[in-house]
Amino acid sequence: MSEPSAHDIKSLAAEWRDRKDREDWSAEDEAALDGWLKQSSAHMIAYLRVDAAWSRADRLSALRGSTPRREPPPAPRATRSRPIFFRIAAAAVVLGVAGYAATTLLAPHPKWQAYATQVGGSETIRLPDGSRIELNTNTVLRTELSAGHRFVALEKGEAYFDIVHDAQRPLIVQVGKQRIVDLGTQFSVHRDESHLEIKLVEGRAQLESETGAKLALLTPGDVLVKRGPSLTVTRKTERVLSDELSWRRGMLTFLHTPLSDVARELNRYNREKIVIADASVARLTMNGAIPATSVSAFVNTARDVFGLKVETRGQNIVISR
Amino acid sequence: MNAADVNAWFVREVLPLEAGLIRFLSRRWRNQKDVEDLLQDVYMRVYEAAQKELPHPARPFVFTVARNLLINRSRREHVVAIQSVADVDLLNVFDEEPGPERNVMAREELVRLQEALDQLPPRARQAVILRKIEGLSRREIAERMGITEQTVNRHLTDGMYALTEHLWGKP
Repeated sequence: MSEPSAHDIKSLAAEWRDRKDREDWSAEDEAALDGWLKQSSAHMIAYLRVDAAWSRADRLSALRGSTPRREPPPAPRATRSRPIFFRIAAAAVVLGVAGYAATTLLAPHPKWQAYATQVGGSETIRLPDGSRIELNTNTVLRTELSAGHRFVALEKGEAYFDIVHDAQRPLIVQVGKQRIVDLGTQFSVHRDESHLEIKLVEGRAQLESETGAKLALLTPGDVLVKRGPSLTVTRKTERVLSDELSWRRGMLTFLHTPLSDVARELNRYNREKIVIADASVARLTMNGAIPATSVSAFVNTARDVFGLKVETRGQNIVISR
Repeated sequence: MNAADVNAWFVREVLPLEAGLIRFLSRRWRNQKDVEDLLQDVYMRVYEAAQKELPHPARPFVFTVARNLLINRSRREHVVAIQSVADVDLLNVFDEEPGPERNVMAREELVRLQEALDQLPPRARQAVILRKIEGLSRREIAERMGITEQTVNRHLTDGMYALTEHLWGKP
Protein backbone atom coordinates (compact mmCIF):
# COMPACT_ATOMS: atom_id res chain seq x y z
CA MET A 1 0.00 0.00 0.00
CA SER A 2 1.38 3.38 -0.87
CA GLU A 3 1.36 6.19 1.65
CA PRO A 4 -1.28 8.87 1.27
CA SER A 5 0.09 11.92 -0.54
CA ALA A 6 0.37 15.31 1.10
CA HIS A 7 -2.54 16.34 -1.07
CA ASP A 8 -4.75 13.54 0.27
CA ILE A 9 -3.92 14.47 3.85
CA LYS A 10 -4.72 18.13 3.24
CA SER A 11 -8.09 17.15 1.72
CA LEU A 12 -8.90 15.02 4.75
CA ALA A 13 -7.90 17.84 7.08
CA ALA A 14 -10.25 20.24 5.26
CA GLU A 15 -13.00 17.64 5.50
CA TRP A 16 -12.45 17.31 9.28
CA ARG A 17 -12.34 21.04 9.79
CA ASP A 18 -15.53 21.49 7.83
CA ARG A 19 -17.31 18.76 9.77
CA LYS A 20 -16.35 20.41 13.03
CA ASP A 21 -18.09 23.55 11.82
CA ARG A 22 -21.40 21.72 11.34
CA GLU A 23 -24.25 21.77 13.81
CA ASP A 24 -24.34 18.00 14.34
CA TRP A 25 -20.70 17.80 15.53
CA SER A 26 -20.71 15.49 18.58
CA ALA A 27 -18.39 14.36 21.38
CA GLU A 28 -17.76 11.12 19.47
CA ASP A 29 -16.76 13.13 16.43
CA GLU A 30 -14.39 15.14 18.57
CA ALA A 31 -12.80 11.93 19.86
CA ALA A 32 -12.48 10.56 16.32
CA LEU A 33 -10.78 13.76 15.18
CA ASP A 34 -8.44 13.56 18.13
CA GLY A 35 -7.51 10.01 17.16
CA TRP A 36 -6.84 11.05 13.58
CA LEU A 37 -4.62 13.93 14.68
CA LYS A 38 -2.58 11.65 16.91
CA GLN A 39 -1.90 9.18 14.10
CA SER A 40 0.73 11.31 12.43
CA SER A 41 2.28 14.73 12.72
CA ALA A 42 1.44 15.15 9.03
CA HIS A 43 -2.24 15.02 10.03
CA MET A 44 -1.72 17.52 12.83
CA ILE A 45 0.16 19.94 10.60
CA ALA A 46 -2.42 19.76 7.80
CA TYR A 47 -5.15 20.41 10.34
CA LEU A 48 -3.35 23.35 11.97
CA ARG A 49 -2.85 24.81 8.53
CA VAL A 50 -6.50 24.66 7.44
CA ASP A 51 -7.77 25.62 10.89
CA ALA A 52 -5.60 28.74 11.07
CA ALA A 53 -6.62 29.80 7.55
CA TRP A 54 -10.30 29.23 8.24
CA SER A 55 -10.20 31.17 11.53
CA ARG A 56 -8.44 34.04 9.81
CA ALA A 57 -11.15 34.03 7.20
CA ASP A 58 -13.42 35.43 9.94
CA ARG A 59 -11.78 38.73 9.14
CA LEU A 60 -13.62 38.61 5.83
CA SER A 61 -16.71 39.67 7.75
CA ALA A 62 -15.11 43.13 7.68
CA LEU A 63 -16.21 43.16 4.04
CA ARG A 64 -19.87 42.81 4.94
CA GLY A 65 -21.95 45.27 2.93
CA SER A 66 -19.35 45.71 0.25
CA THR A 67 -19.47 43.30 -2.64
CA PRO A 68 -16.15 41.51 -2.86
CA ARG A 69 -14.43 42.07 -6.16
CA ARG A 70 -14.69 39.35 -8.72
CA GLU A 71 -11.77 40.59 -10.79
CA PRO A 72 -8.35 40.73 -9.23
CA PRO A 73 -7.01 44.27 -9.41
CA PRO A 74 -5.44 45.14 -12.77
CA ALA A 75 -2.26 46.47 -11.20
CA PRO A 76 0.16 43.57 -11.43
CA ARG A 77 2.08 42.29 -8.44
CA ALA A 78 5.17 43.51 -10.22
CA THR A 79 4.67 46.96 -8.78
CA ARG A 80 5.53 45.78 -5.32
CA SER A 81 8.76 44.00 -5.92
CA ARG A 82 10.18 45.40 -9.12
CA PRO A 83 12.54 48.33 -9.20
CA ILE A 84 12.25 48.75 -12.94
CA PHE A 85 8.56 48.50 -13.42
CA PHE A 86 7.50 51.50 -15.40
CA ARG A 87 4.58 52.97 -17.25
CA ILE A 88 4.99 54.61 -20.57
CA ALA A 89 2.79 57.37 -21.91
CA ALA A 90 0.41 55.84 -24.41
CA ALA A 91 1.42 58.14 -27.23
CA ALA A 92 5.10 57.36 -27.00
CA VAL A 93 4.53 53.65 -27.11
CA VAL A 94 2.09 53.75 -29.97
CA LEU A 95 4.85 55.22 -32.09
CA GLY A 96 7.16 52.44 -31.07
CA VAL A 97 4.99 49.67 -32.40
CA ALA A 98 4.47 50.44 -36.03
CA GLY A 99 1.89 48.32 -37.74
CA TYR A 100 -0.34 48.31 -34.75
CA ALA A 101 -0.62 52.05 -34.41
CA ALA A 102 -3.90 52.22 -36.31
CA THR A 103 -5.87 49.86 -34.06
CA THR A 104 -4.28 51.34 -30.98
CA LEU A 105 -5.28 54.85 -31.85
CA LEU A 106 -8.84 53.78 -32.50
CA ALA A 107 -9.20 52.03 -29.16
CA PRO A 108 -11.08 54.21 -26.67
CA HIS A 109 -8.48 54.29 -23.91
CA PRO A 110 -5.55 52.15 -24.77
CA LYS A 111 -3.85 51.22 -21.53
CA TRP A 112 -0.24 50.42 -22.14
CA GLN A 113 1.95 49.01 -19.50
CA ALA A 114 5.56 48.10 -19.90
CA TYR A 115 7.52 45.56 -17.94
CA ALA A 116 11.21 44.83 -17.90
CA THR A 117 13.54 42.45 -16.16
CA GLN A 118 17.26 42.87 -15.67
CA VAL A 119 19.91 40.29 -16.48
CA GLY A 120 19.21 37.38 -14.13
CA GLY A 121 15.77 38.71 -13.18
CA SER A 122 12.33 37.20 -13.62
CA GLU A 123 8.81 38.46 -13.21
CA THR A 124 5.26 37.18 -13.37
CA ILE A 125 2.49 39.40 -14.65
CA ARG A 126 -1.10 38.48 -13.88
CA LEU A 127 -3.63 39.94 -16.25
CA PRO A 128 -7.14 40.78 -15.07
CA ASP A 129 -8.57 38.00 -17.27
CA GLY A 130 -6.62 35.36 -15.31
CA SER A 131 -3.86 34.94 -17.89
CA ARG A 132 -0.26 34.92 -16.74
CA ILE A 133 2.93 35.99 -18.43
CA GLU A 134 6.30 34.99 -16.99
CA LEU A 135 9.24 37.12 -18.03
CA ASN A 136 12.66 35.53 -18.21
CA THR A 137 16.02 37.30 -17.87
CA ASN A 138 16.73 40.57 -19.69
CA THR A 139 13.29 40.93 -21.21
CA VAL A 140 11.13 43.89 -22.19
CA LEU A 141 7.45 43.44 -22.85
CA ARG A 142 4.44 45.72 -23.17
CA THR A 143 0.80 44.92 -22.75
CA GLU A 144 -2.24 46.70 -24.04
CA LEU A 145 -5.59 45.46 -22.82
CA SER A 146 -9.00 46.84 -23.53
CA ALA A 147 -12.53 45.55 -23.67
CA GLY A 148 -12.00 44.82 -27.35
CA HIS A 149 -8.57 43.28 -27.58
CA ARG A 150 -5.54 41.87 -25.84
CA PHE A 151 -2.22 42.75 -27.28
CA VAL A 152 1.33 42.12 -26.11
CA ALA A 153 4.57 43.19 -27.73
CA LEU A 154 7.73 41.28 -26.87
CA GLU A 155 10.47 43.82 -27.47
CA LYS A 156 13.31 41.56 -26.45
CA GLY A 157 14.11 38.48 -24.40
CA GLU A 158 11.86 35.58 -23.50
CA ALA A 159 8.46 35.09 -21.94
CA TYR A 160 6.11 32.24 -21.13
CA PHE A 161 2.41 32.80 -21.81
CA ASP A 162 -0.37 30.97 -20.02
CA ILE A 163 -3.41 32.44 -21.66
CA VAL A 164 -7.06 32.15 -20.75
CA HIS A 165 -8.78 31.75 -24.09
CA ASP A 166 -11.35 34.24 -25.23
CA ALA A 167 -12.63 33.69 -28.77
CA GLN A 168 -13.87 37.29 -28.94
CA ARG A 169 -10.53 38.63 -27.84
CA PRO A 170 -7.66 36.39 -28.92
CA LEU A 171 -4.37 37.40 -27.40
CA ILE A 172 -1.93 38.67 -29.97
CA VAL A 173 1.80 38.68 -29.35
CA GLN A 174 3.76 40.92 -31.66
CA VAL A 175 7.37 39.82 -32.13
CA GLY A 176 9.26 41.97 -34.59
CA LYS A 177 7.20 41.86 -37.73
CA GLN A 178 5.40 38.62 -36.91
CA ARG A 179 2.39 38.08 -34.76
CA ILE A 180 1.40 35.07 -32.75
CA VAL A 181 -2.31 34.63 -32.33
CA ASP A 182 -3.26 32.43 -29.41
CA LEU A 183 -6.03 29.94 -29.84
CA GLY A 184 -6.13 29.06 -26.12
CA THR A 185 -2.62 28.17 -25.15
CA GLN A 186 0.52 27.97 -23.11
CA PHE A 187 3.66 28.81 -25.00
CA SER A 188 7.00 30.54 -24.71
CA VAL A 189 8.53 33.06 -27.07
CA HIS A 190 12.21 33.96 -27.21
CA ARG A 191 13.74 36.51 -29.52
CA ASP A 192 17.23 37.87 -29.92
CA GLU A 193 19.07 39.68 -32.70
CA SER A 194 19.17 36.71 -35.01
CA HIS A 195 16.20 34.49 -34.32
CA LEU A 196 12.71 33.93 -33.00
CA GLU A 197 11.74 30.75 -31.19
CA ILE A 198 8.28 29.63 -30.10
CA LYS A 199 7.64 26.58 -27.94
CA LEU A 200 4.07 25.46 -27.73
CA VAL A 201 3.11 23.54 -24.59
CA GLU A 202 -0.67 23.41 -24.67
CA GLY A 203 -3.49 24.36 -27.01
CA ARG A 204 -2.85 25.94 -30.40
CA ALA A 205 -1.33 29.15 -31.72
CA GLN A 206 -0.81 30.61 -35.13
CA LEU A 207 2.12 32.58 -36.45
CA GLU A 208 1.24 35.31 -38.92
CA SER A 209 3.38 37.54 -41.08
CA GLU A 210 3.26 41.30 -41.22
CA THR A 211 0.57 41.10 -43.88
CA GLY A 212 -1.53 38.66 -41.94
CA ALA A 213 -0.52 35.60 -43.98
CA LYS A 214 -0.50 32.37 -41.99
CA LEU A 215 3.04 31.14 -41.55
CA ALA A 216 2.41 28.17 -39.28
CA LEU A 217 -0.17 26.60 -37.00
CA LEU A 218 1.47 25.18 -33.89
CA THR A 219 0.22 22.30 -31.76
CA PRO A 220 1.61 20.93 -28.46
CA GLY A 221 5.27 19.91 -28.61
CA ASP A 222 6.01 22.10 -31.61
CA VAL A 223 9.13 24.23 -31.54
CA LEU A 224 9.31 26.84 -34.24
CA VAL A 225 12.57 28.57 -35.11
CA LYS A 226 12.68 31.47 -37.51
CA ARG A 227 15.97 32.92 -38.72
CA GLY A 228 15.56 35.59 -41.37
CA PRO A 229 13.31 34.09 -44.00
CA SER A 230 13.88 30.45 -43.01
CA LEU A 231 11.39 28.79 -40.74
CA THR A 232 11.53 25.30 -39.24
CA VAL A 233 9.15 23.46 -36.95
CA THR A 234 10.28 20.43 -34.98
CA ARG A 235 8.36 18.29 -32.53
CA LYS A 236 9.71 17.66 -29.02
CA THR A 237 8.51 15.41 -26.23
CA GLU A 238 6.80 16.89 -23.20
CA ARG A 239 9.81 15.99 -21.06
CA VAL A 240 12.31 17.74 -23.30
CA LEU A 241 10.09 20.78 -23.57
CA SER A 242 9.65 20.96 -19.81
CA ASP A 243 13.44 20.77 -19.37
CA GLU A 244 13.91 23.57 -21.86
CA LEU A 245 11.40 25.68 -19.97
CA SER A 246 12.92 25.01 -16.55
CA TRP A 247 14.02 28.67 -16.43
CA ARG A 248 10.47 29.25 -15.21
CA ARG A 249 11.66 27.73 -11.93
CA GLY A 250 15.01 29.47 -12.06
CA MET A 251 16.84 26.39 -13.32
CA LEU A 252 18.61 25.52 -16.55
CA THR A 253 18.51 21.88 -17.58
CA PHE A 254 21.02 20.33 -19.93
CA LEU A 255 21.09 17.00 -21.68
CA HIS A 256 24.30 16.13 -23.50
CA THR A 257 24.72 19.83 -24.12
CA PRO A 258 28.09 21.10 -25.42
CA LEU A 259 29.77 23.44 -22.93
CA SER A 260 29.72 26.21 -25.53
CA ASP A 261 25.92 26.10 -25.53
CA VAL A 262 25.76 25.84 -21.73
CA ALA A 263 27.97 28.93 -21.47
CA ARG A 264 25.88 30.87 -23.98
CA GLU A 265 22.72 30.01 -22.07
CA LEU A 266 24.18 30.96 -18.67
CA ASN A 267 25.51 34.22 -20.11
CA ARG A 268 21.95 35.31 -20.77
CA TYR A 269 21.33 35.32 -17.02
CA ASN A 270 24.52 36.70 -15.56
CA ARG A 271 26.66 39.78 -15.79
CA GLU A 272 29.81 37.73 -15.43
CA LYS A 273 30.34 36.10 -18.80
CA ILE A 274 31.78 32.68 -19.36
CA VAL A 275 34.23 32.46 -22.22
CA ILE A 276 35.23 29.05 -23.53
CA ALA A 277 38.76 29.49 -24.77
CA ASP A 278 39.25 26.52 -27.06
CA ALA A 279 37.20 24.34 -29.35
CA SER A 280 38.08 21.06 -27.63
CA VAL A 281 36.58 22.41 -24.41
CA ALA A 282 33.52 23.70 -26.19
CA ARG A 283 32.76 20.18 -27.42
CA LEU A 284 32.60 18.59 -23.95
CA THR A 285 29.01 17.85 -23.00
CA MET A 286 27.14 18.16 -19.75
CA ASN A 287 23.99 16.76 -18.13
CA GLY A 288 21.97 18.07 -15.22
CA ALA A 289 20.32 21.15 -13.85
CA ILE A 290 21.89 24.28 -12.39
CA PRO A 291 20.40 27.48 -11.00
CA ALA A 292 20.34 30.03 -13.84
CA THR A 293 22.02 32.72 -11.79
CA SER A 294 24.72 30.48 -10.37
CA VAL A 295 27.84 30.91 -12.46
CA SER A 296 29.78 29.29 -9.63
CA ALA A 297 27.88 25.99 -9.97
CA PHE A 298 29.04 25.81 -13.59
CA VAL A 299 32.56 26.95 -12.87
CA ASN A 300 32.93 24.40 -10.06
CA THR A 301 31.78 21.64 -12.40
CA ALA A 302 34.21 22.73 -15.08
CA ARG A 303 37.07 22.71 -12.61
CA ASP A 304 36.20 19.72 -10.42
CA VAL A 305 34.41 17.39 -12.82
CA PHE A 306 36.10 18.20 -16.12
CA GLY A 307 39.45 19.28 -14.62
CA LEU A 308 39.56 22.50 -16.63
CA LYS A 309 41.45 25.70 -15.94
CA VAL A 310 39.38 28.66 -14.72
CA GLU A 311 40.65 32.23 -14.88
CA THR A 312 38.84 35.44 -14.02
CA ARG A 313 39.60 38.41 -16.27
CA GLY A 314 37.45 41.36 -15.32
CA GLN A 315 33.82 40.43 -16.07
CA ASN A 316 34.92 37.35 -17.98
CA ILE A 317 35.57 33.88 -16.67
CA VAL A 318 37.81 32.12 -19.12
CA ILE A 319 37.73 28.34 -19.24
CA SER A 320 40.47 26.40 -20.96
CA ARG A 321 42.44 23.13 -20.83
CA MET B 1 7.23 21.14 25.02
CA ASN B 2 3.55 21.42 25.60
CA ALA B 3 1.58 20.46 22.47
CA ALA B 4 -0.52 23.63 22.43
CA ASP B 5 2.64 25.77 22.53
CA VAL B 6 4.20 23.86 19.67
CA ASN B 7 1.04 24.21 17.61
CA ALA B 8 0.76 27.93 18.28
CA TRP B 9 4.45 28.39 17.44
CA PHE B 10 4.06 26.45 14.20
CA VAL B 11 1.13 28.58 13.04
CA ARG B 12 2.81 31.82 14.06
CA GLU B 13 6.39 31.20 12.89
CA VAL B 14 6.43 28.45 10.29
CA LEU B 15 3.28 28.69 8.17
CA PRO B 16 4.06 32.28 7.09
CA LEU B 17 7.28 30.92 5.49
CA GLU B 18 5.35 28.59 3.20
CA ALA B 19 5.40 30.60 -0.04
CA GLY B 20 9.15 31.15 0.27
CA LEU B 21 9.69 27.51 1.14
CA ILE B 22 7.76 26.32 -1.90
CA ARG B 23 9.84 28.59 -4.08
CA PHE B 24 13.02 27.31 -2.48
CA LEU B 25 12.05 23.68 -3.04
CA SER B 26 10.78 24.03 -6.57
CA ARG B 27 13.86 25.90 -7.72
CA ARG B 28 16.06 23.12 -6.49
CA TRP B 29 14.08 20.04 -7.33
CA ARG B 30 13.58 18.88 -10.85
CA ASN B 31 10.25 17.09 -10.58
CA GLN B 32 7.67 19.67 -9.58
CA LYS B 33 5.17 16.96 -8.74
CA ASP B 34 7.25 16.13 -5.64
CA VAL B 35 7.21 19.62 -4.16
CA GLU B 36 3.96 19.27 -2.20
CA ASP B 37 5.25 16.08 -0.54
CA LEU B 38 8.68 17.58 0.07
CA LEU B 39 7.01 20.49 1.83
CA GLN B 40 5.09 18.08 4.02
CA ASP B 41 8.34 16.29 4.93
CA VAL B 42 9.99 19.58 5.87
CA TYR B 43 7.02 20.49 8.04
CA MET B 44 7.06 17.12 9.79
CA ARG B 45 10.74 17.35 10.60
CA VAL B 46 10.38 20.89 11.89
CA TYR B 47 7.31 20.00 13.92
CA GLU B 48 8.96 16.96 15.45
CA ALA B 49 12.12 18.91 16.31
CA ALA B 50 9.96 21.54 18.00
CA GLN B 51 8.57 18.95 20.42
CA LYS B 52 11.92 19.03 22.22
CA GLU B 53 12.68 22.69 21.90
CA LEU B 54 11.22 25.53 19.86
CA PRO B 55 13.88 26.49 17.31
CA HIS B 56 14.66 30.16 17.47
CA PRO B 57 14.85 31.97 15.15
CA ALA B 58 12.54 29.79 13.07
CA ARG B 59 13.42 30.87 9.55
CA PRO B 60 17.04 29.72 9.20
CA PHE B 61 16.16 26.50 10.99
CA VAL B 62 13.29 25.72 8.61
CA PHE B 63 15.38 26.42 5.50
CA THR B 64 18.27 24.35 6.79
CA VAL B 65 15.90 21.43 7.30
CA ALA B 66 14.66 21.93 3.72
CA ARG B 67 18.19 22.02 2.35
CA ASN B 68 19.24 18.87 4.19
CA LEU B 69 16.14 17.07 3.00
CA LEU B 70 16.94 17.94 -0.62
CA ILE B 71 20.53 16.78 -0.27
CA ASN B 72 19.49 13.45 1.28
CA ARG B 73 16.85 12.94 -1.35
CA SER B 74 19.19 13.60 -4.25
CA ARG B 75 21.74 11.17 -2.79
CA ARG B 76 19.06 8.55 -2.43
CA GLU B 77 17.76 9.04 -5.94
CA HIS B 78 21.24 9.20 -7.49
CA VAL B 79 20.64 12.51 -9.13
CA VAL B 80 23.41 13.20 -11.64
CA ALA B 81 26.69 14.60 -10.42
CA ILE B 82 26.11 18.15 -11.52
CA GLN B 83 23.11 18.48 -9.26
CA SER B 84 25.13 17.73 -6.16
CA VAL B 85 27.72 20.23 -7.30
CA ALA B 86 24.94 22.75 -7.58
CA ASP B 87 23.99 21.86 -4.02
CA VAL B 88 27.08 23.69 -2.85
CA ASP B 89 25.20 26.80 -3.76
CA LEU B 90 22.41 26.00 -1.38
CA LEU B 91 24.72 27.08 1.40
CA ASN B 92 24.44 30.67 0.28
CA VAL B 93 20.72 30.62 0.15
CA PHE B 94 20.09 32.91 3.08
CA ASP B 95 21.94 35.80 1.53
CA GLU B 96 20.72 35.17 -1.93
CA GLU B 97 17.05 34.99 -1.29
CA PRO B 98 15.41 36.65 1.67
CA GLY B 99 12.09 35.50 0.19
CA PRO B 100 8.74 37.12 0.62
CA GLU B 101 8.33 37.57 4.36
CA ARG B 102 4.77 37.13 5.20
CA ASN B 103 4.24 38.08 8.77
CA VAL B 104 1.65 40.32 7.31
CA MET B 105 -0.27 43.08 8.94
CA ALA B 106 -3.96 42.54 9.43
CA ARG B 107 -4.83 44.78 6.53
CA GLU B 108 -2.62 43.02 4.04
CA GLU B 109 -3.94 39.75 5.28
CA LEU B 110 -7.46 40.88 4.52
CA VAL B 111 -6.34 41.71 1.00
CA ARG B 112 -4.82 38.23 0.66
CA LEU B 113 -7.96 36.59 1.96
CA GLN B 114 -10.02 38.57 -0.48
CA GLU B 115 -7.71 37.52 -3.32
CA ALA B 116 -8.05 33.93 -2.20
CA LEU B 117 -11.80 34.32 -2.16
CA ASP B 118 -11.78 35.80 -5.65
CA GLN B 119 -10.03 32.72 -7.00
CA LEU B 120 -12.51 30.16 -5.71
CA PRO B 121 -14.85 28.43 -8.14
CA PRO B 122 -18.09 30.49 -8.25
CA ARG B 123 -20.31 28.13 -6.19
CA ALA B 124 -17.69 27.53 -3.50
CA ARG B 125 -17.04 31.24 -3.39
CA GLN B 126 -20.70 32.02 -2.90
CA ALA B 127 -21.00 29.44 -0.12
CA VAL B 128 -17.96 30.84 1.70
CA ILE B 129 -19.25 34.41 1.39
CA LEU B 130 -22.65 33.43 2.79
CA ARG B 131 -21.04 31.54 5.66
CA LYS B 132 -18.17 33.84 6.59
CA ILE B 133 -19.34 37.27 5.52
CA GLU B 134 -23.12 37.04 5.81
CA GLY B 135 -22.91 34.60 8.72
CA LEU B 136 -25.72 32.36 7.48
CA SER B 137 -26.22 28.82 8.77
CA ARG B 138 -25.68 25.88 6.44
CA ARG B 139 -29.41 25.35 6.12
CA GLU B 140 -29.94 28.99 5.19
CA ILE B 141 -27.16 28.78 2.63
CA ALA B 142 -28.76 25.68 1.12
CA GLU B 143 -32.07 27.53 0.79
CA ARG B 144 -30.48 30.64 -0.60
CA MET B 145 -28.49 28.71 -3.20
CA GLY B 146 -31.23 26.21 -3.96
CA ILE B 147 -29.05 23.18 -3.25
CA THR B 148 -28.92 20.45 -0.57
CA GLU B 149 -27.04 20.93 2.68
CA GLN B 150 -24.74 18.15 1.60
CA THR B 151 -23.72 20.10 -1.47
CA VAL B 152 -23.22 23.19 0.68
CA ASN B 153 -20.87 21.13 2.84
CA ARG B 154 -18.92 20.05 -0.20
CA HIS B 155 -18.58 23.61 -1.49
CA LEU B 156 -17.45 24.81 1.93
CA THR B 157 -14.87 22.03 2.24
CA ASP B 158 -13.54 22.87 -1.23
CA GLY B 159 -13.54 26.56 -0.37
CA MET B 160 -11.69 25.89 2.87
CA TYR B 161 -9.07 23.84 1.06
CA ALA B 162 -8.48 26.44 -1.66
CA LEU B 163 -8.46 29.33 0.79
CA THR B 164 -5.82 27.54 2.88
CA GLU B 165 -3.61 26.86 -0.14
CA HIS B 166 -3.81 30.46 -1.26
CA LEU B 167 -3.35 32.07 2.11
CA TRP B 168 -0.16 30.18 2.98
CA GLY B 169 1.21 29.02 -0.31
CA LYS B 170 0.82 31.75 -2.93
CA PRO B 171 3.62 34.28 -3.28
